[in-house]
Amino acid sequence: MLDSKIPSGPLSEKWSKHKRDSKLINPKNKRKYTVIVVGSGLAGASAAASLSELGYKVKCFCFQDSPRRAHSIAAQGGINAAKNYQNDGDSIYRLFYDTIKGGDFRAREGNVYRLAEVSANIIDQCVAQGVPFAREYGGLLANRSFGGAQVSRTFYARGQTGQQLLLGAYSALSKEIASGNVQMYSRSEMLELVTVDGHAKGIITRNLTTGKVEAHAADCVLLCTGGYGNVFYLSTNAMGCNVTATWRAHKKGAFFANPCYTQIHPTCIPVSGDYQSKLTLMSESLRNDGRVWAPKKKGDNRHPSQIPEDERDYYLERKYPSFGNLAPRDISSRAAKEACDDGRGVGPGGRGVYLDFSEAIEKFGEQTIRERYGNLFDMYERITGENAYKQPMRIYPAVHYTMGGLWVDYNLMSNLPGLHVLGEANFSDHGANRLGASALMQGLADGYFVIPTTIANYLVTQKPGAITTDNAEFKRALEDVNARTHRLLNIKGKRSVDSFHRELGLLVWEKCGMARDFDGLTSALEKIPALRDEFWNNVNIPGSGEAVNQELEKAGRVADFLEFAELLCLDARHREESCGGHFRSEHQTEDGEAKRDDANFTYAAAWEHTGDFSKPSLHKEELQFEEVHLAVRSYK
Amino acid sequence: MNLNLHLKVWRQASPNAKGSFQDIEARDIPDHASFLEMMDIVNERLIADGKEPVAFDHDCREGICGMCSMVINGRPHGPERATTTCQLHMRKFRNGDTIWIEPFRARAFPVMKDLMVDRSAFDRIMAAGGFVSVRTGAPQDANALPIGKEVADAAMDAAACIGCGACVASCKNASAMLFVSAKIGQLNALPQGQPEKHRRTLGMVRQMDKEGFGNCTNQYECEAACPKDVSRTWIASMNKDFAVASGREALLASARERSEGD
Repeated sequence: MLDSKIPSGPLSEKWSKHKRDSKLINPKNKRKYTVIVVGSGLAGASAAASLSELGYKVKCFCFQDSPRRAHSIAAQGGINAAKNYQNDGDSIYRLFYDTIKGGDFRAREGNVYRLAEVSANIIDQCVAQGVPFAREYGGLLANRSFGGAQVSRTFYARGQTGQQLLLGAYSALSKEIASGNVQMYSRSEMLELVTVDGHAKGIITRNLTTGKVEAHAADCVLLCTGGYGNVFYLSTNAMGCNVTATWRAHKKGAFFANPCYTQIHPTCIPVSGDYQSKLTLMSESLRNDGRVWAPKKKGDNRHPSQIPEDERDYYLERKYPSFGNLAPRDISSRAAKEACDDGRGVGPGGRGVYLDFSEAIEKFGEQTIRERYGNLFDMYERITGENAYKQPMRIYPAVHYTMGGLWVDYNLMSNLPGLHVLGEANFSDHGANRLGASALMQGLADGYFVIPTTIANYLVTQKPGAITTDNAEFKRALEDVNARTHRLLNIKGKRSVDSFHRELGLLVWEKCGMARDFDGLTSALEKIPALRDEFWNNVNIPGSGEAVNQELEKAGRVADFLEFAELLCLDARHREESCGGHFRSEHQTEDGEAKRDDANFTYAAAWEHTGDFSKPSLHKEELQFEEVHLAVRSYK
Repeated sequence: MNLNLHLKVWRQASPNAKGSFQDIEARDIPDHASFLEMMDIVNERLIADGKEPVAFDHDCREGICGMCSMVINGRPHGPERATTTCQLHMRKFRNGDTIWIEPFRARAFPVMKDLMVDRSAFDRIMAAGGFVSVRTGAPQDANALPIGKEVADAAMDAAACIGCGACVASCKNASAMLFVSAKIGQLNALPQGQPEKHRRTLGMVRQMDKEGFGNCTNQYECEAACPKDVSRTWIASMNKDFAVASGREALLASARERSEGD
């Protein structure tokens, strides 16, 4: 049975109570424990640094050439915190409520409240590290607004907030590396989780420089390995983002929760051709000043400047007057899709709408807009060759974030004892849709403030250093990894890894993207196993496993996506309701909004691997709402 | 419009192998593609021909992670000002162009394979002082320390560095001073960075020297190559900070000697 271990008592006191009740390990004994941290993004770097400061020995791994390059770095717009520095009525409760509502009432109250509660400490922590947040002339911190909220609670560092927060966490990690307490393994990819008697006790990695496959033992394992958005091939994720670490853990027994909750971000640069390798986000913060519109007339291919005001449909302002252009991501994305499906899309292929700054430029002057978003406008011009100061940006939704992930309890521990999962890799805080500027908040909350308290609850039950790589399970896992690599390299088929990845991505985008239905998902579920079979018989990976081999790296990741995609579609097909980012065409209101089924689906779906990808076993965690009233999520 | 290009690509099997340029014809490349997408197309064709694809580092492909490198026609990250390789697009080239593609070259950045280099020296420089020693826990309220907008903006200008190493690759001395001075400049400009200012400056500069990076001889190629427009003026302020810190260190050392002599 799934026990979320949410502490009893009033919502606002749960975390304090839990901190009080959590176990302590004395400083001398902490040094005897080793913790493996996989991933060095906001969650991983902050956890590795904080645990090392506490005295634990930490081994931290990343596949990039430096921990500073993890994809958290690409987050643009900002980080939420309930500081109420603007005196606009914000509070912990309001951030909590906005997040629960934003997630379409599919997240745990206790986790979300804790997230809102520690949000303010995150800002304090980052400022103390020297993160150069934007400031006002008086020297105080500046804020901006983000989607799904009516207060200004987003802290930012130009359009590079993720970069600055990650560099802050990386600097803290560097300090601990210098102290000798963190051992950093860059260009190392986790290829297997090692469990001993059901407990996570280590990992198998491949050194991407030498090809050497290595075993690492520890007293517990933290996966901070991000989301699975690249299952769609085209996404705003970095090229290397993958599901491998969490999928390997899933195959070793960890439950995968709510994979169908995927976030499609409304403001990305549209696809331009079939050579395209990734999609680029234009920060949601742009919607503070940009107005989204599509022509009223179908097939109107006049230049935007030639379309008069009364022939433009500012559809977000029309449909959601109280939130307007700051409607949440899932809703804004679907509205863009609707306009394009209706034949009113703009640009090549008709898959685009306008994000127009002309009014803001008129009101504040081009210089102000340049100060606010200059780097984004520059990036837009580099990619499209168009000047957004002179004509509206063309935007279209793209896969951006995944709310689903490995199931964890309040301690951030999965159902596998010892396996902890932080940040985007877990499923816990965003429900069916994440609000803007909340991913950075969650990654850092988990790493700086939650895990340093909760990890001891597991570790006190373990004798430190009891398991070493001499254990037979490590030998077996090493053999498995080597056999898999050998098999991949010896297929020597006709198709490249990327060709499989593209085909898979297109299939899940069409059948399990912004809108899903039973028949479409069923057809995807027929095609995925066939594609997987073809992969294992016809992929072509040049080179050997004993040196740098980027095709081999990609092949391992795509092989896992080919398995994971089936669970994604199964979960989407089983959830016969629409909520947040999961929109089932069969379940919508008369005006096309998502229609939840609270009577039957107020649970987190945690899937257990059974050995047969088509028949995972479902465990339900019923969501208890003690504080909020389940309401129709309206932004009108 | 599609382009036909003649590529001259550096191929090197391993760190100690001898490398050389390989001629590759890149035909029918869409001009909307990014430079790395052009490389993807080339690699797909090499694989189809049973050859080894070109190894190169890349990840975010939106100009922020700092992982992509490459010297394109003699310039790190190619011809566009303030643009990483991944943000460079093929519309900036002409049909029939010859494009030379090489790794970042510096003694402290050994080539690993083809266009990949080892930049871990930058991580070691960071570990030698690129931080504020604050523990996770309960720092004061963020607004208890007002910081003037000008100071915060200047710190942000320096902090924009993505650690790609283009500054090193562009410099005839393979100097890392733009990278090092940007981090020192950010932290030394802020009140949070003051307590460790001297220690940080000495630690990072000495680690930089130890890694085998050269010295600055004021040519400012680094600034021209920097994809984030980090200003060379940070180098001047680092030199000042270093002079003060070493002077102070020498004074303290001689004071200690005197007191020990008593």
